[in-house]
Amino acid sequence: MTNHPILRLEEVLKAYDQKIAVDRVTLSVPKGAIFGMLGPNGAGKTSLIRIITTITQADSGKVFLDGEPLNSKHPEFIGYMPEERGLYKKMKVGDHLLYLGRLKGLSKAQTEAEIRRWFEKLEISDWWNKKVEELSKGMQQKIQFIATVIHRPKLLILDEPFSGLDPINTNLIKDEIYQLHQEGTSIIFSTHRMEQVEEICEHIVLINQGKNILEGEVKAIRNQFKEHQFRIDFEGNLPEDLPSKVRTIKENGGSAVIQLLEGAESNQLLGYLIDRGVRIKAFNELLPSLNEIFIRQVEQSNAGLAAASGH
Amino acid sequence: MNKLWLIIQREYLTRVTRKSFILATLLTPFAFALFFVVVAVIFGYESDDSRKVAVIDKSAILQGALKDEKNLFFKFVDYDLDFLRKHLDSLQYDAILEVPPMDDVLANKYTLYYYAEDAPTLDIELMIKDRIRDAVREYKIRELNLERKQLEALETRVELDPEPLQEGGADSSTITSAIGAGIGMIMGFIMYIVVFVYGAMVMRSVMEEKTTRIVEVMISSVRPFHLMLGKIIGVGAVGLTQVAVWAILIPSLMFIVQVVFGIDTAQFSAMEPGAEIDPDDMEQMMALGLREIQNINWWLIFPLFVIYFLGGYFMYSSFFAAVGASMSDDLGEGQSLTLPIVIPVILALYIMMAAVQAPNSSLAVWSSIFPLFSPIVMPARLAFNPPAWEILVSVVLLIATSVSFVWLSGRIYRVGILMYGKKVTLKEFGKWMFRKM
Repeated sequence: MTNHPILRLEEVLKAYDQKIAVDRVTLSVPKGAIFGMLGPNGAGKTSLIRIITTITQADSGKVFLDGEPLNSKHPEFIGYMPEERGLYKKMKVGDHLLYLGRLKGLSKAQTEAEIRRWFEKLEISDWWNKKVEELSKGMQQKIQFIATVIHRPKLLILDEPFSGLDPINTNLIKDEIYQLHQEGTSIIFSTHRMEQVEEICEHIVLINQGKNILEGEVKAIRNQFKEHQFRIDFEGNLPEDLPSKVRTIKENGGSAVIQLLEGAESNQLLGYLIDRGVRIKAFNELLPSLNEIFIRQVEQSNAGLAAASGH
Repeated sequence: MNKLWLIIQREYLTRVTRKSFILATLLTPFAFALFFVVVAVIFGYESDDSRKVAVIDKSAILQGALKDEKNLFFKFVDYDLDFLRKHLDSLQYDAILEVPPMDDVLANKYTLYYYAEDAPTLDIELMIKDRIRDAVREYKIRELNLERKQLEALETRVELDPEPLQEGGADSSTITSAIGAGIGMIMGFIMYIVVFVYGAMVMRSVMEEKTTRIVEVMISSVRPFHLMLGKIIGVGAVGLTQVAVWAILIPSLMFIVQVVFGIDTAQFSAMEPGAEIDPDDMEQMMALGLREIQNINWWLIFPLFVIYFLGGYFMYSSFFAAVGASMSDDLGEGQSLTLPIVIPVILALYIMMAAVQAPNSSLAVWSSIFPLFSPIVMPARLAFNPPAWEILVSVVLLIATSVSFVWLSGRIYRVGILMYGKKVTLKEFGKWMFRKM
């Protein structure tokens, strides 16, 4: 199996009247990954997704889907659940799914089989003849999700998939996402909710003001931004004098956050403390949360842009 | 193409299977028929008070002959007027009609006297006047010793038959013009209604897709242009279905109503005073009319009707689609955007009415070539045999305009449907047309 990414963007640029929405973005989504696309509101995520889903076209740059330059046949391999989504209120659920499935190039029989499969799976077999408007918001979201994946897309793009969902339905959809991931579907997950990304995604890209400002595996990124801080839970008292390259950031009754400076080793510190008779109960490295990285990076990039435009 | 077909199917089927559509389509002809019946009953309603009228005709002008009506009975009596007036009730009469002697046979005014509690109702008055006029005519013919045949010869029916200048050119008659004008008017009105009803339906539906946010889901599967075109075609087919059902149901229901209720349509025209047509004339005109209907070149006119209908529909409704796509959630603000299409359509309707009167005036000629007017104006002129080049230029212009309207609207549409919460002006329409996606 060739190992090219499911999606590759090269120097993609898109400008509207006065605004550059996507500014020379280059990125790769590995095949089979759950890929988080993060960024503040208005960062250009939706513009980027619209280019990938062929709703709009890039002014310049290249887009490759599964190694091929993006073409008009590709929407059939992509499942897209927009943030702004809806269904025809007056249509019957079954007819609606049939319609959307067939528009994705499936035959009538294929679509029907897929719908039945999903209906059984989600235990909603009696919904076929219900009108969309008779369903609750959460139920409609389920239908929307089925509609997005009914043609078994190679690439699934979910724009804020959990907005407006209650916790039960959120978990249900989350489970389905994991299952599709198991089956090998590549998933792009666009959101500004960091805790969801941290939970779900393996890879991320951070978009700010139309630019790719950070991209990579979640673990690697968190390591990259780690500040060598450790949390120590202990019994007894910490010694007054710590090694020269160690600072105490915070301490309160049996728990402390320690900063190791350049050249200090965690093992050395641990040995030092044990030698001083401190009983260690837990010793963890504190990695920055994506949220912290996100905020820091966005601020940094905004400052950079402001400085650049100031010249 | 396959996807376009799916869209057309959905747009069509969801509408024609809707209860409101089925009801409107079926009930409207019934409402027509009901209206027809009610009107017939009202017109056919006869006064139920019967009257006995005593007629005093001392000089025998009427010769004792005055035909009874359903509820109006005449009885010639020999009593004195004074005696009758006193004993009207006991003699069981309702009214007295005094026919005075005629002093001057050549006078063209003649007054009778009607004695009753109340003044005669309009229909009784008309009926009496009618009867007396005929009787007096007979009386005068007798008194003056006139020859009946000569009298009849005095009345001449004049006709003007237009003939072609070239020999062997198409012969036509004034009836052709009348029929042509009638068909053209009907065509123009249908066009006008279709534009507003179904054009507005396209607009509402586009707007609904936008406000319910289904549109972004859709255009990740199909091209926006196909979505718009599919909707226009689907709604157009709905319109054709409705018009076709009406075209069959309304005349057949009318026919059934006539048969079942025994309502005579001629009754309506007979009610209008002075609209009496000699049955012979009527028959002649019917025959002539039928012949003229056959004479009209249907093989040319019918396809042209269809072309103008489709051209007009696509042109106007695509614009409505573009407006629908540009509107935000507020229906009201679209009204001003529809003006560029509403004004030409209304103007075209008035021009059409003028064109029927003077089909070769320069107003009619130029408006039937100008594509925004031609779908409504040209059909009204077709029966008057306009020159071929005019038809050709008009059709070519119309097709070119509709195609470019659909195309340009498609460009406005694809920008508009993704634009939220922004009030759009006509100026922006222009910008969007030439924006790349």
